[in-house]
Amino acid sequence: MYRALKWKIPLILAVVLGAVWLAYPLKEKIALGLDLQGGMHLVLEVKVEKAVEASLERLADEIKRGITEEDLEVDRVKAIFPDRQVSVRMVDKLDLPPVKKVMEGYPFFSLFSEDSDGLGLIYQMSADQITQIEQNAVSQGLETIRNRVDQFGVSEPTIQAQGQRRILLQLPGVKDPERAINLIGKTARLEFKLLDEENSLQQALQGNVPEESEILYQRIENKETGAVTKDPFLLKKRTVLTGETLTGAEIRFDSDFNEPYVSLNFNSVGAMIFQQVTRENIKKRLAIVLDDNVYSAPVIQDEIAGGRAQITGQFTSAQAKDLAIVLRAGALPAPVVILENRTVGPSLGQDSINKGITSIIYGGLLVLAFIIIYYKLSGVIAVVALFLNIVLLAGALAYFGAALTLPGIAGIILTVGMAIDANVLIFERIREEIGIGKTVRAAIDAGFSKAFHTIVDANITTFIAAVVLFQFGTGPIKGFAITLCIGIAASMFTAVFVSRAIFDGTMSRIKLDKLSI
Amino acid sequence: MKIISSETHFDFMGKIKMAMTISGLMILIGLGSIALSGGLKYGIDFSGGTLIQLQFKTAPDIELIRDGLKTIGLGESTIQEFGTKRDILIRVQRSEEKLEAVGSQVRNSLGEKFNKADITIERVEMVGPQVGRDLREKALLSILYAIIGIVIYISWRFELQYAIAAIIALIHDVLVTMGAFSILDKEFTLVIVAAFLTIIGYSLNDTIVVFDRIRENLRRKGKNTLAQIINTSINQTLSRTLLTSGTTLLVVVALFVFGGEIIHDFSFALLVGILVGTYSSIFIASVFLVYWDSRRRV
Repeated sequence: MYRALKWKIPLILAVVLGAVWLAYPLKEKIALGLDLQGGMHLVLEVKVEKAVEASLERLADEIKRGITEEDLEVDRVKAIFPDRQVSVRMVDKLDLPPVKKVMEGYPFFSLFSEDSDGLGLIYQMSADQITQIEQNAVSQGLETIRNRVDQFGVSEPTIQAQGQRRILLQLPGVKDPERAINLIGKTARLEFKLLDEENSLQQALQGNVPEESEILYQRIENKETGAVTKDPFLLKKRTVLTGETLTGAEIRFDSDFNEPYVSLNFNSVGAMIFQQVTRENIKKRLAIVLDDNVYSAPVIQDEIAGGRAQITGQFTSAQAKDLAIVLRAGALPAPVVILENRTVGPSLGQDSINKGITSIIYGGLLVLAFIIIYYKLSGVIAVVALFLNIVLLAGALAYFGAALTLPGIAGIILTVGMAIDANVLIFERIREEIGIGKTVRAAIDAGFSKAFHTIVDANITTFIAAVVLFQFGTGPIKGFAITLCIGIAASMFTAVFVSRAIFDGTMSRIKLDKLSI
Repeated sequence: MKIISSETHFDFMGKIKMAMTISGLMILIGLGSIALSGGLKYGIDFSGGTLIQLQFKTAPDIELIRDGLKTIGLGESTIQEFGTKRDILIRVQRSEEKLEAVGSQVRNSLGEKFNKADITIERVEMVGPQVGRDLREKALLSILYAIIGIVIYISWRFELQYAIAAIIALIHDVLVTMGAFSILDKEFTLVIVAAFLTIIGYSLNDTIVVFDRIRENLRRKGKNTLAQIINTSINQTLSRTLLTSGTTLLVVVALFVFGGEIIHDFSFALLVGILVGTYSSIFIASVFLVYWDSRRRV
């Protein structure tokens, strides 16, 4: 009569043991969301148009060199934004055909228009090329940021592209969020530029900046008051050396004052350029510029061979260490901005865990007490099912690798409330059937089978809502949606399957005339 | 033990007029409040902005905080206690795209009035305006998708008119809960949208149990009218409806009381939603079934 029990009981045992095995020990198996363990959730946008700009500038330089190498006299070659064009102006009309010839070497440029005076050409960069540059900027940016985070030392970071130009970062357990942001978001474009000492800084500050020069500032922070002053420098625009030729960057301490600085090593190309520049500019000042901020501008005392340089400044050792990290990991191909930042400190996370657990315990106890008082022994069966429900939920969370979040805890609590529902539906049905005079056994059969469809229909609608929520939600909300989904599935299993098996198992041993319900 | 006898014969259908009046009033007051306050009050998730939660060693003077913040010109800001007197929540409209962290800026600006070491930054949330717009759109779409999915499922399992009656009931629940939020000046955030979707699922859960019984009773209809059958069905499922709502309310109350400030509004939304959902599955959804039926016969 109860033959089904022969496979039901082992199946239930297997599922429950499986769940326990998956979820035990809880601390290791169930990942906590950022809102519970503390950490940062960042969404960055890569300013890809800056990468396109930089690429266009570089190409304009290259084209100019190419034309000059053909012994033609160039007036100027200029990149045009935001049209993404390059304009080439020549001195002699007869030079245009050979320029066109040179431009054939750049298949992604097409002739856009010719200047009416016959001296200039405008080329348009192709959309494909632009997309290519943009994609590279994002993927290289992602790689660079991953390098930096790895060196910064965050355990189990998530770093991934999101959509076309966004990068999503999740950094659990970050203790100093501000430092992390500085480290991740710094473009880290290192440039060496000579000071323009022929022209007056004063005049430049009044608006008379020579065409080949620019004004950049050095930030000086007073360590006691925290006040920041800005010191202007007049620099030549031309970059003599960039960070691309770096092979290493490390933090060192100066032997006299124990001040931290960053020591740089260049590869052979960089070393050669550095040697040449220092030889030709002795007694002049060379500025070290990072992301358009002047760090220092020492006077070149002598020719420097060997490809070594150093960045000094008023660093704390943490700052110097981070600077070394970003220089080693390389510059971002384009700057990034923060679109979204959610940071939770570790103490708040712990507080949330404690409160979540407290609510689960109180909520759970209330429900248990109520259900046992209301349904007596049958209530105890429901309680057993409820416990198994939570075990299954934990097992499934561990299996899917889903992180438990604060809303996720709310999802568990809600599951506790709703899991009872399936049992209530069944028990009420059984009571009704007993009420119309059926025997205990027939009432249980009818109760389960009649309630079954209702339970499925009623749960599937909640399930639909939870799945939609999972699709649209981020982080904590996804955690809520997933606990809700799992909770619904688990509660259907425990109510329909486990409660039934307990009823049947009891009935197969004892013949009941009256049901404690 | 029994709270509700299984043999109740409440005349729910007879109370339709009263129920419609109550619901109509609740929705009108809610919508009125939303209209008066110039639309829903969006949290930073949807409007963009920055939220900083600070914990002070001892309860700070909020006016001093306000003074301190003036020096950095963050624009319009609200400062409020968050749970305890030591926990302070600061909201600023501006979202900082640059890399200077607003959190530390705020802490530095408070350095003059307070001892910096006594201030801990517990939480910083910054949402750029663009992301805010995206999230708003996503939230609306998600509610729409959920409703469409549910309509399809219910029309497949029952009939279209059941689906429409269910949707009317759940829109009723969402409107009433939204009104309650507006009246209490609570903010709409991502988490609240999650709560709304849960309410939608929950409200249907109840409604479907009743529908299921109506369908079952329709099969052995006899001479009873639809209204009578619906009334019987509601009575038969009444104890289950109240029991389940009761246990769910127990846990949600536990969450509301013990869960902490961060999910306070979330549990509040659930609390209201469950109460209203229970009410609507008894009074609202079935009313529309009867209404539908009477029109068909005319």
